[in-house]
Amino acid sequence: MASALARSRETTKERKPGRKVRILIGKPGLDGHDRGAKIIARALRDAGFEIIYTGLHQTPEMIVSAAAQEDVDGIGLSILSGAHNYLLPRIVEMLREKKMGNVVVFGGGIIPDEDIPKLKRKGVDRMFTPGTPLQEIVEYVRERVKPRK
Amino acid sequence: MYDGKKAVKIALEKKRWETKMAGKAKQRSTGRLPRFSTVSDMEIAALYTPADSVVIDYGRDLSFPGEYPFTRGVQPSMYRGRLWTMRQFAGFGSAEDTNARFKFLLRQGQTGLSTAFHFPTLMGYDSDSPRSKGEVGKCGVAIDSLKDMEILFDGIPLDKVTTSMTINGPAAMIFAMYLAVAEKQGASFEKLGGTIQNDILKEYIAQHAWIFPPEPSMRIITDILGFCADRVPKWNTISISGYHIREAGSTAVQELAFTIADGIAYVQAGMDAGIPVDKFAPRLSYFFNAHMDFFEEVAKYRAARRMWARIMKERFKARDENSWKLRFHTQTAGCTLTAQQPINNVVRVALQALSAVLGGTQSLHTNSMDETLALPTEQAATVALRTQQIIADESGAANSIDPLGGSFLVERLTDEMEEKAMEYIAKIDDMGGMVAAIKRGYPQREIADAAFHYQRLVDAGDKRIVGVNSYKMTEDLRIPILKIDEDVEKNQVARTREVRRKRNAKRVKARLEALREGSLSNVNLMPLLLDAAREYATLGEICDVLRETMGTYTDPAKF
Ligand code: B12
Repeated sequence: MASALARSRETTKERKPGRKVRILIGKPGLDGHDRGAKIIARALRDAGFEIIYTGLHQTPEMIVSAAAQEDVDGIGLSILSGAHNYLLPRIVEMLREKKMGNVVVFGGGIIPDEDIPKLKRKGVDRMFTPGTPLQEIVEYVRERVKPRK
Repeated sequence: MYDGKKAVKIALEKKRWETKMAGKAKQRSTGRLPRFSTVSDMEIAALYTPADSVVIDYGRDLSFPGEYPFTRGVQPSMYRGRLWTMRQFAGFGSAEDTNARFKFLLRQGQTGLSTAFHFPTLMGYDSDSPRSKGEVGKCGVAIDSLKDMEILFDGIPLDKVTTSMTINGPAAMIFAMYLAVAEKQGASFEKLGGTIQNDILKEYIAQHAWIFPPEPSMRIITDILGFCADRVPKWNTISISGYHIREAGSTAVQELAFTIADGIAYVQAGMDAGIPVDKFAPRLSYFFNAHMDFFEEVAKYRAARRMWARIMKERFKARDENSWKLRFHTQTAGCTLTAQQPINNVVRVALQALSAVLGGTQSLHTNSMDETLALPTEQAATVALRTQQIIADESGAANSIDPLGGSFLVERLTDEMEEKAMEYIAKIDDMGGMVAAIKRGYPQREIADAAFHYQRLVDAGDKRIVGVNSYKMTEDLRIPILKIDEDVEKNQVARTREVRRKRNAKRVKARLEALREGSLSNVNLMPLLLDAAREYATLGEICDVLRETMGTYTDPAKF
């Protein structure tokens, strides 16, 4: 399955000083739930971030290659399929292999409480679960994700 | 319903009352809310009177249960004859796990089955595909081949129990496996009752478990319509679904409009394929969402029945009354349930289920209180089923037909729903029908806008959700959740590999080759799929053949 990356606006790959923080919103695995991902993408765009959305049904390879191609500062993963314990650590691992370990990986979805510390240990910065206000997510991203050097 | 003169008088009286109330309200500052609206944000007046439903002509718009336009119900006796079918959506882990859950639910008094498949099956991959890693058995039952299907329905007589299957991209392939199990059980096709969801249009719009692009997908669907009309006459061939559209964030009107527009597209496609409308239309059924706004939902079901009857009779010139009847399944709205204070979900589900019953549903799934946490535990699923049984046996709600019919509010809302949904349908017709509208991304965008609008209302506190933005508690009461054993994947992969080793490889190859050729011509694919299923060709192998000849669909990724 190919990917049709959707951007919030035309972007260039050059890094200008003071450019906007660039975030990839990704949907890993076979999961088709995108209500949350689209809402988060819109909320972050409205808050001034540059957003690239991968669309559904992405393998870890596709997500990491989109992140490299778009030179993003953070990756927000939305996953409601229960496959997070395999897919999320795999993405972090592949980023490190590509020397992109400084990209902040965060996300949300249906994640049992007990899985969250395990994901953190494997390099996922933060996971949000149902009922989180958008404002809280926007504030987290503003605080935590900065332009990479 | 009321003659003109009386209505005018009532309207004048209402004006007088409104002025008086407005004066009083000013003295007491303003109303409790700045604006009163449904959960879909449709404005609601303080009071409805006969003057609001003056356009209703009883015979033309409401009529009697079992009579055109079926606003009050599709059967003459409704629940006095037979209750709705209690059909809980279930599936997790292996075929053995789900078979045990099916039998448990039947023992608890459930009256029909409904199967949830795991993601690899929904997307047409085998459990040992690299795409399936981490996903096996997590969101439903793992079905790779006829072998799994035999285990899934072991000890369940398919000519007695009706089964619904939530499967769309690979609906024809899974249906073929089901038919092959029925054959093995000695159940004749004529006796089989059940449903495949098989509604690909709402996959592009909302659910997103697709495989092929719209055109070849529509061809597979018309093949199913033709095959069933001839050979499986009691099978519900498409469950035209608003449920997923609503869960993706649409309003009630959009759910109604887009779903009926999908129905129109299927009827048109069937007729274009040369099948007489009355040969397939009676076996189309619908599937709606039961959301939180009680009266809005009741009005939606009533409007849906009336719209479909009119469309089938007037637009498609169907003659058989059964083609006019909109029969539907309902599921309570998962997206209204909260992770916070999860036991409160039992109350939400009860209200939603009651709206479906008062709206005349033919079958019902009630969600479990652990909806936002994981697939339901046995205990949570039991409470959900008991909720239906309490409504059926204790509440009296099933005693009289369409008990909210004649309510000034409900009649007015029913009219408004129909009117607004018909406006959407006209717009979609102008675009060239639903397939064209989907390609433009029209329904997708409307839904994403509505979902975002709603989220903003919740975040601003304009729409209140108990436990989420009001009456919050720091320590939530925990409930147990279902865990899927990591061994499920390992065992399933081993089973599928064994199936491949044991079957007759030459015959499988020949069947897949015949399927490939068939897909390049215009023969009906169902008999070829059935042949492949009988030989234990796996779902992934079958879908791969068709991916090659039909192509695949990719998410346009708009947000
Ligand atoms: C809506 C819904 C659907 C819709 C999806 C529509 C769509 N286009 O999105 C429909 C009806 C189609 C659907 C279908 C299915 N569903 Co569903 N669905 C839900 C439901 C009810 C709500 C999800 C939702 O959209 N909530 C609203 C959004 C706004 O919330 P959210 O995504 O959780 O996002 C919030 C946070 O999680 C977080 N967040 C989420 N993503 C991200 C990303 C980032 C970067 C950040 C920072 C934060 C963040 O922030 C958001 C704001 O608070 C959940 C249960 C529930 N109530 O949560 C089940 C649920 C997710 N579904 C489930 C299942 C099993 C399915 C099916 C597989 C069933 C089947 N076997 O056929 C299918 C699969 C369809 C598919 N192709 O994916 C299960 C998953 C079980 C599990 N993981 O263990 C759930 C949990 C229900 C259940 N208990 O059974 N579903």
